Amino acid sequence: MAKTLYDKVWQAHIIDQLGEDSLIYIDRHLIHEVTSPQAFAGLNEKGRKVRCPERTVGTMDHSISTRSLAIDACGPQNALQLHTLANNCEQHGIQLFPVGHQKQGIVHVMGPELGLIQPGMTVVCGDSHTATHGAFGALAFGIGTSQVEHVLATQTLKQSRAKSMLIKVNGALPVGITAKDIILAIIGRIGHAGATGHVIEYAGEAISGLTMEERMTVCNMSIEAGAKAGLIAPDDTTFEYLKGREYAPKDQNWEDAVAYWKTLYTEEGASFDTVVELEAADIAPQVTWGTNPGQVIGVDTPVPSPDDFSDPIEKESAKKALGYMGLSAGDKLADVAVNHVFIGSCTNGRIEDLRAAAHIAKNGKVVDSVTAIVVPGSGHVKKQAEAEGLDKIFTDAGFEWRLPGCSMCLGMNDDKLVAGDRCASTSNRNFEGRQGRGARTHLVSPAMAAAAAITGRFADVRDFQE
Amino acid sequence: MSDSTQGFTAHTGSAVPLDQANVDTDQIIPKQFLTGVTRAGYGKHLFHDWRYLDLEEKVPNPEFSLNKPEFAGASILLTRENFGCGSSREHAPWSLNDFGFRTIIATSYADIFYGNCINNQLLPVALASSEMDALFAAVEANPSLEITVNLPAQTVSFGETSFSFDIADHHKTNLLKGLDAIGQTLELTDKISAYEAKQPAWA
Repeated sequence: MAKTLYDKVWQAHIIDQLGEDSLIYIDRHLIHEVTSPQAFAGLNEKGRKVRCPERTVGTMDHSISTRSLAIDACGPQNALQLHTLANNCEQHGIQLFPVGHQKQGIVHVMGPELGLIQPGMTVVCGDSHTATHGAFGALAFGIGTSQVEHVLATQTLKQSRAKSMLIKVNGALPVGITAKDIILAIIGRIGHAGATGHVIEYAGEAISGLTMEERMTVCNMSIEAGAKAGLIAPDDTTFEYLKGREYAPKDQNWEDAVAYWKTLYTEEGASFDTVVELEAADIAPQVTWGTNPGQVIGVDTPVPSPDDFSDPIEKESAKKALGYMGLSAGDKLADVAVNHVFIGSCTNGRIEDLRAAAHIAKNGKVVDSVTAIVVPGSGHVKKQAEAEGLDKIFTDAGFEWRLPGCSMCLGMNDDKLVAGDRCASTSNRNFEGRQGRGARTHLVSPAMAAAAAITGRFADVRDFQE
Repeated sequence: MSDSTQGFTAHTGSAVPLDQANVDTDQIIPKQFLTGVTRAGYGKHLFHDWRYLDLEEKVPNPEFSLNKPEFAGASILLTRENFGCGSSREHAPWSLNDFGFRTIIATSYADIFYGNCINNQLLPVALASSEMDALFAAVEANPSLEITVNLPAQTVSFGETSFSFDIADHHKTNLLKGLDAIGQTLELTDKISAYEAKQPAWA
């Protein structure tokens, strides 16, 4: 029977069949300070060891300041968590990139740029945006802390096979439309829980034409459609990205690896449990209007009314979301003023994202009523951006240029909004209170965020094209 | 907890309604409470933004169902579809457990949250939307209604009504026996080593 990419990666990792569950091998385990302390404590209580410290890599990202390299910059509780990670990594022989290290960064930016993530791997992390790594054709998914402990102790997980979903985005992407717009449009189409229980494979011309960084943006938000993981078949774009990266295979190992990676694609005639198709030409720059990522519209579309939804639960959700967001049905996004802009996160904190934002920022100044911050996703991204002079473009335009970290995506640090703030954000979640209690988050692409900073509202980035 | 040795069989208690879809884990336990290094003490922060009118948690929101006197002492949470979506934080089931919930009854759950509940002996029951409507109505009519969730029989019953629910066998077994999942897998170490020995040099 013809196999999907998911079938191939899944089957290659089965160690044992345990009734309905499979015991699967985990090739790469990424850890950070927030979801690992209790897992290490569990190991230590039972006197258990980390089975494969060499397959485990740690970084500091969520609880750190992006204004200061001081470990206690966000207070003693955050500092304790960071010290705990450092101690646990040292005790168990795990490579850690701490604050200030050149390789430190948001876990899902750091891993790929070092070549730690390769096609056909299984990748886990105690973080739901682990789906990012599916961009490489790796089966990558977020896990809870009990599972982090299980992987540390055994390098395996017990898993049930998920259902499969093919999402095809046909045709070439229009000018001004980005990977962020693709994934938001997909979530808008299938809904915030539309892929629950599924592993998505993204395909079609608009997907295969994306760079690796753009593919990461798409896969990153698979969880925002409820999916277990998102996958894109590896191709020459993938291999070119990986070649020469620090942890990528070298010499003969590289040749052997590429030969295997080339077998990782969905075969003709393979079937999926669900198939969804979108036309790239129909996608406008996306802006979320509500409090989940499925509540999204094109920038040129009026804010919907609860009456536009036939499902009573969606209707009720829309009503509540409009209330929280301080919006009314029929409002034009072009008239909605923002007072904060956040450019960064594991979704949009990579060098291409910063280039796209700088391209818009260089033509204007951040308006007086807006506070705008740019947070590179890693030490490498920061260094590269500075080498290209992007930091200068941003600071000249009135943006703050920060140190790498998760920052305002979730505000587990000193970057928080307050009630009533309205933020154009390149992050991944617009949940109530996500960026600060009572604060309103609108998810957009980096270019749209930069345009919002220099206009003070949701401007259509297509109007900025030369 | 993953290494819990106490099993879940049946639970009888009263319920509190949280009549909303898509309740995400940021709402269950907001980020500012994730800086701990233990599994304990998260219950007081459960649903912080909705439960308290102030940031210091001194002024309860009287409109929020968990604060209403008629629902005090509830050990069953009733909610709607896609409960626990978003972040993978296991602090969500830790906070629900610590608050005193033993089981959740909802229309559906997000995948990671569901698994995290199983690993923490918090039973996530999924019922059909019409059955949830009946349960919400019954609890609204009688907030002290006793509801029994029976895992071996896979039923939710109250008064004369009984609904059955589905749960995967392996999840049921783990909840019933309270198994040490890591200890079980460590018994398969030889198979893990054999798998590792077969991998190519670059993997």
